[in-house]
Amino acid sequence: MSVRRLHSEQPESFEFSAENLEWARNVIGRYPEGRQASAVIPLLTRAQEQEGWVTQPAIEYVADMLSMPYIRVLEVATFYTQFLLQPVGKKAHIQVCGTTPCRLRGAGDLIRVCKNKIADKQFALSEDGDFSWEEVECAGACVNAPMIQISKDTYEDLTPEIFEELIDKIAAGKAVEPGSQTGRQGSAPATGPVTLTDPSLYDGSRVKWGLGAEMDEPEDEVETAEGAKKDAQSDATEGGQPDSSAESGMPVLLREPLDGKADNLKEISGIGPKIEQKLNGVGVFHFAQIAQWTDENIAFIDSQLAFRGRIARENWIEQAKVLASGAETDFSKRVQAGAVSSSKSGGDA
Amino acid sequence: MAVMLEDKDRIFTNIYGIHDWGLEGALKRGSWDGTKGLLQKGREWIINEMKASGLRGRGGAGFPTGLKWSFMPPKQEGRPHYLVVNADESEPGTCKDREILRNDPHHLVEGCLIAGFAMNADAAFIYVRGEFIRERERLQAAVDEAYEKKLIGKNNIHGYDFDIIVHHGAGAYICGEETALLESLEGKKGQPRLKPPFPANVGLYGYPTTVNNVESIAVAPTILRRGANWFKGFGAENNHGTKLFCVSGHVNQPATFEEAMSIPFKELIDKHCGGIRGGWDNLLAVIPGGSSVPCVPADQIMDCPMDFDSLKELGSGLGTAAVIVMDKSTDIVAAIARISYFYKHESCGQCTPCREGTGWMWRVMERMARGEAQKKEIDMLFEVSKQVEGHTICALGDAAAWPVQGLIRHFRPEIEKRIDQYTANPKADAAPLEAAE
Repeated sequence: MSVRRLHSEQPESFEFSAENLEWARNVIGRYPEGRQASAVIPLLTRAQEQEGWVTQPAIEYVADMLSMPYIRVLEVATFYTQFLLQPVGKKAHIQVCGTTPCRLRGAGDLIRVCKNKIADKQFALSEDGDFSWEEVECAGACVNAPMIQISKDTYEDLTPEIFEELIDKIAAGKAVEPGSQTGRQGSAPATGPVTLTDPSLYDGSRVKWGLGAEMDEPEDEVETAEGAKKDAQSDATEGGQPDSSAESGMPVLLREPLDGKADNLKEISGIGPKIEQKLNGVGVFHFAQIAQWTDENIAFIDSQLAFRGRIARENWIEQAKVLASGAETDFSKRVQAGAVSSSKSGGDA
Repeated sequence: MAVMLEDKDRIFTNIYGIHDWGLEGALKRGSWDGTKGLLQKGREWIINEMKASGLRGRGGAGFPTGLKWSFMPPKQEGRPHYLVVNADESEPGTCKDREILRNDPHHLVEGCLIAGFAMNADAAFIYVRGEFIRERERLQAAVDEAYEKKLIGKNNIHGYDFDIIVHHGAGAYICGEETALLESLEGKKGQPRLKPPFPANVGLYGYPTTVNNVESIAVAPTILRRGANWFKGFGAENNHGTKLFCVSGHVNQPATFEEAMSIPFKELIDKHCGGIRGGWDNLLAVIPGGSSVPCVPADQIMDCPMDFDSLKELGSGLGTAAVIVMDKSTDIVAAIARISYFYKHESCGQCTPCREGTGWMWRVMERMARGEAQKKEIDMLFEVSKQVEGHTICALGDAAAWPVQGLIRHFRPEIEKRIDQYTANPKADAAPLEAAE
């Protein structure tokens, strides 16, 4: 742990600017009633942004605002190392990450630059008072090491030369661009991404249901590329009247179950109560019906009921053939034993 | 055998920030797709599906996520439930959540709604580390978008009232520990709580709370949409799914990327990072899961599948999948000494073994890096590290002890060589390693 104390010289008073005060009230309002203390870190952070460092009057001001004892806020201000407890460089306080991943890529050289260009010791001001520096612990940009942080922005992929140039630019009041200083795209490899190059990720073809849409049935089987493609096709015909070719592929449909007794279609893995209801609705009641379906029949059922390719994906036909012959599948045994909750009547989620 | 991951099976499709991070872009990439349908399938279905997917928490400990969600007690009148997302990504070497927060935030926002629904939560608090200021702004913007389009909040289109509050820390590593995080979120200094009671019963503000890592929450929507079996299809038994890796240090091209679990180390580095700087013969050691896990020497890690169980067998761990690679130019003793300094700096000071032990270990490590030590101190250091490990409220003590133990276990000759050199010629190296205070 690090020992941190308040600065020996403190200003007379502190007050939030009108804008910050409004912001602060808004932040306090985010937390549940009676839990205003939660806002202590955000408020102290804003006070630091306003003044450049966290002063004792600011600590007391924030404590009053949140109805907290001074000592509690003092505790917070000294515990969290991001709160600067003394004045820092006017133009920039440079935080150099010095933890091992950055060290391995040359953070030691950056610290040497700070010592030469700014001040020998951490937190000491440069002669003109414009700069100060400190070595901080891992700032979470290890892939872009070595890096520094100034106020809200990070400057990554540094070399001592680039870093010196950066300090010179800031000293001269020129604009500096945050992020990678070698033009790298985020945390991608320096020569460009080797992954995420498939354009179909970005053309919207991955969307299946849409924002706020309901799904008809659980997708409880492994998604395959073919499955996704069929989904796209069935999406295209969805909502419209089945075209004539699909019409001609109409399978054998019944007005009512033979002998008045339908098979329990839920014994087919992939068919839940909802799908069973839909199948019954168009006139499919028996395993034998499903077992006979041709590709055209499947396309018809798909276009009618928007099963999005799951008939083939979930192998309904094969299952139906087994069940129609009077044999059992592993899944149907479990259904009969009542072990499959989604296949129980009325158990639909 | 690990399945090679293709782009179509990557969950995070904008980690490099090439495309639009906002809602419009996220929708096009498949976020918020049929979310309402997922919720309509019910809590039980979501939790069962998460369990079936084999997802283990991505924050380092690897606890099964679905199981964690199921720990929340039944809801009682007047006792709200909370989801807390741990975005206090501070483990040295780790920078994966950063890419989710700033480039793919809607994965997380959607994940919060779904996870929150599954555990009956009233609100989610996302605790972003203090240094991630731009990342936090981005996340807040995404949350604002979601509120504006009524995806979350009161009377949203998903039919489940849910709030998301973006909170932040101020530079304390310890707040990545879940109970310290809750303390911090309540406006106190981040010192871990004794467990039990566990957060699932007495968490934030004393109410039932589940704390999850950003990545664990952000992968949930895609897992539920594509099915548990899809996710389970990657990685070895008990180590399923895809994972964001961040490789730093001495590789030709450090990078963050998503890969299938259990991919062998060599393949991981060759495929994504252009190999080791100076070639494979130049590899010295690897810290495979963020600074707290012990280092593994080159010959042992080479063919090791990168997953929880395989790395555990090597006496190390997958942690956050932050792979720190060190080639033969590395002063391994100094590198681990710097990690010891990190833990000394970040100890919260609550438990004596950690408060005193981390500083003691660091001071001895610094001397050893210079060779200014006695050989019997190596054993003493190991023994003291064992006195710290397991004798503290939280795991920071363990995290401080493990790197030291790993070094002694694998690189004892290197420490001894250093001591011999110093003993032979004490003032040869005039430039001491300095330690910042």
